[in-house]
Order: sequence, then C-alpha cells, then structure tokens
Amino acid sequence: MAYDYRPFPYAPPPGLTAPEPRHPVLIVGAGPIGLAMALELANHGVRSVVVDDNDVVSVGSRAICWSKRSLEIFARLGIAERCLEKGVTWKVGRTFHRDREVFNFDLLPEDGHRMPAFINLQQYYVEQYLAEAAIAHPLIDLRFKNRVTALSQSDHVRAEIGTPDGPYRLEAEYLLACDGARSPIRGLMGLDFKGELFEERFLIADIEMEADFPPERHFWFEPTFHPGQSALLHKQPDNIYRIDLQLGWDADPEAERQPDRVIPRIERVVGHSDFRLDWVSVYTFQCRRLDQFVHDRVIFVGDSAHVVSPFGARGGNGGMQDVDNLGWKLAAVLAGGPETLLESYDRERQHGADENIANSTRATRFMTPEDGAERVFRDAVLRLAGKAAFARAWVNSGRLSRPCTYPGLGPDADLPVGAAPGMVAPDAPVAEGWLQDQLRGWTLLAFNHDAPDVGLPVLHPTGDNARARYQGDAANALYLIRPDQVVAARWITATAAEVTTALSHHKEGRPWP
Amino acid sequence: MALNTLPNLPDHDGFYAALLAAHKGLTAEESAALNAELILILANHIGDRAVLDAALTLAGQR
Ligand SMILES: Cc1cc2nc3c(=O)[nH]c(=O)nc-3n(C[C@H](O)[C@H](O)[C@H](O)COP(=O)(O)OP(=O)(O)OC[C@H]3O[C@@H](n4cnc5c(N)ncnc54)[C@H](O)[C@@H]3O)c2cc1C
Repeated sequence: MAYDYRPFPYAPPPGLTAPEPRHPVLIVGAGPIGLAMALELANHGVRSVVVDDNDVVSVGSRAICWSKRSLEIFARLGIAERCLEKGVTWKVGRTFHRDREVFNFDLLPEDGHRMPAFINLQQYYVEQYLAEAAIAHPLIDLRFKNRVTALSQSDHVRAEIGTPDGPYRLEAEYLLACDGARSPIRGLMGLDFKGELFEERFLIADIEMEADFPPERHFWFEPTFHPGQSALLHKQPDNIYRIDLQLGWDADPEAERQPDRVIPRIERVVGHSDFRLDWVSVYTFQCRRLDQFVHDRVIFVGDSAHVVSPFGARGGNGGMQDVDNLGWKLAAVLAGGPETLLESYDRERQHGADENIANSTRATRFMTPEDGAERVFRDAVLRLAGKAAFARAWVNSGRLSRPCTYPGLGPDADLPVGAAPGMVAPDAPVAEGWLQDQLRGWTLLAFNHDAPDVGLPVLHPTGDNARARYQGDAANALYLIRPDQVVAARWITATAAEVTTALSHHKEGRPWP
Repeated sequence: MALNTLPNLPDHDGFYAALLAAHKGLTAEESAALNAELILILANHIGDRAVLDAALTLAGQR
C-alpha cells in the first residue's frame, strides 16, 4: 500500500512576536540526519531548535538500506524497535553476470549480535519515527515551514528564518547544517563542494507487487532483461520493491520518467505486468565533499558535508556516523569542554567520508566504466568471474556501509583485531542483555582484570562472545570506550595513571600519541 | 618481497613465443581483452601489493 503522507503541523514560532533567548543549538534541516542529531544531543541533555523548510517526510523512499551501525545508533535514539519491526531484515547479496550468479556475500556470518547486518526500510518511515520521537521530546523544539534564508557568525550564529507568517531571527551558540546535498547554508557561505559527477543516468523505481522474492540484494551486470546495463532489485516492507536500472548517459531523464517508458522496462525485470508504480525518479550520481566540515560555529553534518552514489548505502548511514561522532563532543564543548573536540569531529569524519567516497566511487566506476582501459578491465573481471574463483570478489556492485576505523586512537595492545582502537566496540550478549546497551558514556571494560579506579564505570562482561571479541587468547584485557561506543584505547593491563593519561588525551580530542 | 627485475624465467624465449601465439589473429580489441585477463590472473597469483605497485611504477616509467 502507498505511504500516507501527513503534513506535520506548523505553529507560528515565538520569535515572530518577541526576540527569543539565544539557543544552544540550531539545527537546519529535519531530514534523517537533522532529526537524529537533535535526539542524540537531547540524550546528552542538550536542547535544540530544529527548523525545516518543508512539513512532510521524504517524498519517495530514497534511502532504503540501514546498516547494523545505524540500527545500533537508532537503539540509543529510541526508534530501533519500530524500525526492526517494520523493516525487511537481510544480510545476503547476490551478483549476477548475464543470468548467472558470479558472486555472493553474507554481511553478518556470525551470531551474538543484537542488530542484523541490514534492514530495508523506506526513508519516509525512518523520518516519521525520528520526527515523532523528536516531537515527543521535551528538549527538542521542531519547527516546520521555517526556512533559513541568511546567516552570519561571530561568537555565536544569527540566522534569518522565513515562515508563512513572515521572517524572524534566531541566535544560537552553534548552527548544525543538516540541510542536505543541495545545502543552502553551503551556498550562503560560498563553500566549494569538490568531487566528481558520474556521467550516467539511473532509473530508480519503487513498485508494489505481490511476490515471494527473497529478502536479498540482487544485482545484475548485463542481464538479458536489460542488455548491456546493470540492474538492482531489493525488497522493502508493504510489498514495495526497489528497482534500479542503468540507462546510459544519453537517456532523456524527462522521457524516461514517464510511465509509458518505465512500465515496459519493469515488466522485463519482473516478467509480468501485475504491479503498481509507487515512485519513479531518474538520477545522476556524484561523490563530493567539503574540504572542512567545521567552520567556526557552523558545523556540516550528513549530505550537506558529503554526498556519495548510493551503491553501498553509504549516504544516510555515513551521516548517522557523523551524528554519532558529533553528539557527545558538541555536548562536552557546550558544557565548557575544549573546542579541540570539534576539530576531532572534523578530522575523524573527513576520514570516514573519504572511505565512503572511495568505496562508492569504485563501485560506480565498475558499473559505468569509461571507454578504453576502464571498460576493458571491467569486462575482463566479469569474464574471469565465470572461470576463476579469485575474480568473483573483484566484481564490484557496491561495498556495503560499515563504520570506518578512526586513525590516531590508542594506545593499542596485542588483542583481537575486531576491537582495535578507532573501531566501534563490538556488541555481544552479556548477562544483563546486550553489551552495547551498557555503553552509554565513558566506560572501562575489564576482562580478568581489576580495573584501576579513575572515576569511570567499570563493566566486567561475561560470556564466550564477549571474551572472544575482546580478550582473545590474552591473559587479561582492559578497554576504554568513548561515549559514541568507539574503542579509545586498550591494554593487556594498565595502571590508573596510564588510563588517566589516555582518557584526558581523548577528552580533548587530540590524536594519540 | 621486492619486485624481481633480474632474469627469473627459464626459457623466456619460449614464453615470449607462447605469448605472441596467444595473440595471433586477434583484433587489437581482442588482444587488449586477453592482456587484461592475463594481468588480473598474474596479479592475483603474485598476491603482494608492494610488488604489484613496484611493477606498475616500472611499467609506467618513460
Ligand atoms: C535513490 C537514492 C537511494 C539512496 N539509498 C540509500 C540507502 O539505501 N542507504 C543510505 O544510507 N542512504 C541512501 N541514500 C542517501 C540518503 O537519502 C541521504 O544520505 C540522506 O537523505 C541524507 O540525509 P540528510 O538529513 O543529510 O539530508 P536530507 O534528507 O536531504 O534532508 C535535508 C533537509 O533539510 C531541509 N532544508 C534544506 N534547506 C533548508 C533551509 N534553508 N531551511 C530549512 N530547512 C532546509 C530539507 O527540506 C530537508 O528536509 C540514497 C539516496 C538516493 C537519492
């Protein structure tokens, strides 16, 4: 069934009648990133005003694949249960060349994780759940039909905001630009958005049909139903299926959007005409980012800071990792902590964006090789995949979103590779439920170790999974975990002085050593 | 391991002839496709990024 778009109510903001007191944080944009940002800040006790020029959730489903890490973040924001209940859980992807399977992957081959590798859930549902949680939160003031039209900054930020009842002005300590890929804030500040555009057009369609297609990601290179191009089929809730079809650079985007063109193409994919078009769009994809995400008191988060092509689902999921990284740091700075923490947001999330851009660019190039050597090698990989095992993994239809490992964290020790400094602390079942649920602030994890008293909560996780993921073959292990559940440092054994040194280092956001 | 640029292949004349024979009668396009597969197969067999990077650099020297 089609999604029921219900406008959120508009109320005339107080600033129209009298100046408002300066707010700690103004968030521009109530897309998934702005809304998640407000909820994450509220978790840290920080009030925010969120303005959005619109009053409905995302038109068309856009993002559908939400990663394990995003779900872990959603758990903290209070919407994971709703997402899991509604979403289609999946972990297997199959890639075909012509009509034969050449490669498959299982994104979560081991047990003992609360969250699945991925769920598919239309972006409008995720936005709806986030918006409802934000509206219900006493620390969040969400204002629809409020458009930022100008801004300036000194030791605070001033924004001009237009509403149906006229303009007003807001002041805030910090402005978070969560205003999407076309970011008007970026434009108002005259900032360059560097990167590359792929000269290729893709038809993206959501269709509704009754089918027993498995909950897997299927990707085809040069299928017989769409010769010479690529195609993707993915299942969503409500009997909605996502179909991506590569069209070529010469395709006319206006004509290709018309049902008389779209329907026959889709009939060839699904083999019948018993479906309804839910949403159709023709896209050209880009990978770009800002040189810097922090510009004094204006901070870019999500698509306003970086965009990627969607093969790999690294756009929205990458943005959620920005939220994860910035929340506790901005809360600490507002509470009087060092501003170097915001530099660490900039440094760490640029690193994350570069990894997402590199992966998305490689996948898009593999799909849309330029004439010449690029195409010769791409075709060679596809041919080899049919006759040599090694080449199967080289077939690149998208490397799906995983959190990056932040460089410059530590100290490190000879402990399991999957829990190194800079990585998200792996989840595991523990006596109290799930380990990640216990990680809600600076925490020490101690294995066969009397943790030194440095004023931090100490957990002694039990269970085989936790031991295997953190302690491995070592006699003992001690971990320092950041509020965003990233491993900051680890030791086989450490004194209070060693832990305190690492802790104060990381609380200032300085790279180790 | 470092890239070996000293003589290493016994009967190199024989291999050279086999390489040419594999390309015999191919169009330029077919030859490029054959070479591409060959490079990928050999790269996987070598399995050492440092060696491959050194080979890329050497091949690119003008
Ligand atoms: C076809 C497609 C498929 C995708 N698939 C995936 C996927 O599977 N997984 C994934 O993770 N990502 C995916 N993405 C990417 C994902 O949609 C984006 O990364 C995500 O929407 C970014 O969220 P955001 O909040 O940063 O920006 P947006 O969602 O663009 O939200 C920005 C908000 O700011 C508001 N705004 C703009 N200007 C102003 C202003 N001046 N004043 C007030 N408000 C303003 C806008 O109205 C909007 O609500 C896909 C994208 C596309 C196009």
